[in-house]
Amino acid sequence: MQTTSDEVLIARIAGGDRLAMQVLFARHHVRVYRFVLRLVRNEATAEDLISDVFLDVWRQAGKFEGRSAVSTWLLSIARFKALSALRRRPVEELGEETAEQIEDQTDDPETALAKKDKGAVLQKCLTALSAEHREVIDLVYYHEKSVEEVAGIVGIPEATVKTRMFYARKKLSELLKEQGIDRGWP
Amino acid sequence: MNATKNEAPERDVEELLPWHAAGTLSRRDAQRVEQALAADPELARRYALVREELSETIHLNETLGAPSVRAMETLFAKIDAEPVRRPAVSPNLGARLAGFFANLTPRQLAWSASAAALVILLQAGLIAGIVLKENQPAGYETASAPRTAPGAGAFTLIRFAPQASFDDINKFLEANKLSIVAGPVPGGLYKVRVAQTALPKDELARIVKKLQENKLVVFIATAQ
Repeated sequence: MQTTSDEVLIARIAGGDRLAMQVLFARHHVRVYRFVLRLVRNEATAEDLISDVFLDVWRQAGKFEGRSAVSTWLLSIARFKALSALRRRPVEELGEETAEQIEDQTDDPETALAKKDKGAVLQKCLTALSAEHREVIDLVYYHEKSVEEVAGIVGIPEATVKTRMFYARKKLSELLKEQGIDRGWP
Repeated sequence: MNATKNEAPERDVEELLPWHAAGTLSRRDAQRVEQALAADPELARRYALVREELSETIHLNETLGAPSVRAMETLFAKIDAEPVRRPAVSPNLGARLAGFFANLTPRQLAWSASAAALVILLQAGLIAGIVLKENQPAGYETASAPRTAPGAGAFTLIRFAPQASFDDINKFLEANKLSIVAGPVPGGLYKVRVAQTALPKDELARIVKKLQENKLVVFIATAQ
């Protein structure tokens, strides 16, 4: 069965088609939510933000020129909304440590290691990365964005995208090493 | 130079490994990385680390859950409060054409498709006639394998390596007695049946671990 392409849905949304909006929302809202949640680390805020993201799509659909994939466009809007929300947060909530306390529901590294679960430790370290590093890793690994697309979403040159990803991975290895897992790199 | 290369792979190629694992490199870059991986064991070892990171990043994101229905209700309440708009014209020609076809009624679309299909069928008939004159048919067999009820069995979710060809995947499926029952879903995941009947958790985990070792498998997890 062939599904309607995102570009067709956007064209219909531009014409005020509410059903097309529902289809587009159903298709993308979970990924957009997860992307935003990893940035803002608060479920209620993330839910509010995805409504805002898709409302922007409703309003701006007529201006979409198809230069990027619709999913890339959505993540660009989502990122902008998430960063704006973070800027509005009280200063005391912006600290990484505070955020981790709110978000973190996995075992602490020692417990996870005790279970000899390398995957759990790796996931724990992925959550401990800075927002900048989490973002690039999620965009590349989970949202399957190319170098060019990440550059478009984050607003940095392609060379910087590669370097940022490299250093994000390097930091991840360092965090793993601190938890007793030496990957022999870097 | 080779000695240096073995100690520290070329940085520019190494930087591409995450995109190679995710399947988002251009064909040219993917080939370049493949060649480097084949020639450099240290780079190949580091690529295994990348694949590990990719798998755990997917796991981590998949555990984040989904938003409640409140998000959609809020959105459509806001949309309902927006002023009614007139149909706008998209500046994208491709989208407009696609939109044109998508906006045809099913009846219009069916007639157009039937006409097009008839033309193709006539052409195909002519071509087939010519080919059959030249080649005797070798005969064919019907697919007589016993069918399984769609919901029965033990399943996994698999994402295949982007460089894997259909042939590679078919061989992998045959060798491991697997069958794809659904997909790809967003994220490039396929639902794959690993057994005709439900399996104990330990047994399924053992199979998942074994399949995970295959180079074609980028991500694998048990599924309902």
